[in-house]
Amino acid sequence: MSKGLYLYPKWIRFWHITNAVLFLILIVTGISLQFSGLDEPFVLVSFKSAVSWHNTAAFILVLNYVLFIIGNQVTGNIKHYRSNSTTYIQDLIRQANYYRRDMFRGEPHPFPVTEESKFNPLQRFSYLLAMYAGMPLLIISGILLFYPGMLPREIFGVSGLLIIDLVHDATGFLLSIFMVIHIYTCTLGSKPTTLFKSMVDGYHHDDH
Amino acid sequence: MKTLKNRGLILLALLAGCLFNIQLFGIAPDDSLVVRWKDINVFYEDNEKCLICHGEAYYTLSDTVAGVSQIRNMFQDYFVNREDYYDGVHKSFSCTDCHSSDFISFPHDVASRLEPRYTCIDCHGYDENYAHLNFEEIEVEYSNSTHAKVENFSCWKCHDPHSYKLIASEVTDVGELVLYDNNMCLSCHANFTEFRLLTDREEINVVSKHEWLPNQVLHFESVRCIECHTQISDSILVAHMVLPKDKAVKNCTECHSTDSRLMSTLYKFESREKRQNGFFNSIILNRSYVIGASRNMYLGYISFLIFFGVLTVIGIHVFFRVIKAKRK
Repeated sequence: MSKGLYLYPKWIRFWHITNAVLFLILIVTGISLQFSGLDEPFVLVSFKSAVSWHNTAAFILVLNYVLFIIGNQVTGNIKHYRSNSTTYIQDLIRQANYYRRDMFRGEPHPFPVTEESKFNPLQRFSYLLAMYAGMPLLIISGILLFYPGMLPREIFGVSGLLIIDLVHDATGFLLSIFMVIHIYTCTLGSKPTTLFKSMVDGYHHDDH
Repeated sequence: MKTLKNRGLILLALLAGCLFNIQLFGIAPDDSLVVRWKDINVFYEDNEKCLICHGEAYYTLSDTVAGVSQIRNMFQDYFVNREDYYDGVHKSFSCTDCHSSDFISFPHDVASRLEPRYTCIDCHGYDENYAHLNFEEIEVEYSNSTHAKVENFSCWKCHDPHSYKLIASEVTDVGELVLYDNNMCLSCHANFTEFRLLTDREEINVVSKHEWLPNQVLHFESVRCIECHTQISDSILVAHMVLPKDKAVKNCTECHSTDSRLMSTLYKFESREKRQNGFFNSIILNRSYVIGASRNMYLGYISFLIFFGVLTVIGIHVFFRVIKAKRK
């Protein structure tokens, strides 16, 4: 019996699991910093520990992101993030309708996974946004917060630190929401665990 | 009357043909400044009789009998910068308002040099003109502070009466206040020459002692030493009870929380003056941003709504998936 399509080589799986673990650390420590002074469940880590863990995890996350960008370019994996479709918006709506309605009617997946196209339109759109807009914004704002001396004291009469911190918090929050939705949609395979298995052995096991 | 007498004595001493003749050896102040200072202080000319030496970095000391003269440095502790003096809170004073008139003789006699000095409370205490500054409480806090245990320590070690300005209630730039206040502490705590005049303790390396602080430079630029090294006071604007080092604040959340102690210390005056909504501790935002203290509650509510909204949608989706699975 065939194992299925080999879509996730080792480097992608390494990057993905590292990214996931680091993101969880950053979420927990980030919330602990933002809500410092409050009790559990907001503050799981002491402020001092949260600062160290957040900074260390962020540093590794930046390296991991560089690996992702280089890997995507070198291996050609970036093609899965691009779309040449002339019906881009319609494709997004069609995929959304599948999740919203058609999958409950037992209709087939509108964009079956192939070696050439492993992401459906919604995945392609959200992954592109998260990895090529959200992550750079998160990283740049994080670096500026780490080196606050690089920031102007005021931007339009408001503290430069405040503006950058709001950008960092908002981006971090939206990426966290993305992660929640991402994890949930990964349970939408033929079995709830099928797609997670793909990220372990690299093979796409579903028939769509 | 006393002032007139003092001025007469000074003049007499200068004209007495004393053995020592001291000559000005510096740059003459700008004429416009002199005009301004004369407007500020009616004793300007009298004060010049002291500042002719004490207002200069160098002076020439001459023995007119022996015909010997030498250029000498004015010892820094006895140097009074005219610009700072006429810009400070005591700008209208005559030197002899606080110092003995015996200083008219030169060389100054030892008894004059060892005269007891006034402290703040001597002039400002129990005076309704200064009631808002509550010098009585400042005195109580100071006497309970670790500084009061140091021999020969006095108000003047931190507050030079020849240049002191009211900063905490008057500056609009918090950074200026932080710099001014921290320089007071660092003038001893980062200057071992000054420090050892008061104590036998070994030299303190302020930077290495505070290595545990993340973003140390930013902390030093943004908050005063006294934020962590004094006990919060409700009755005075600037706390004066300096604590022993083992009682200094080391818990980050004392400042990095919505209940930030900065609102009772650094931003105390501003927080009394203005209150804004939306941001917790919004006054801090005028200059800086303190993680954990400057949270915006509206953004917090929106975040919770979005997060629970997403969870609700996922919950509904799961519900229909379960229904579908049961129908199979």
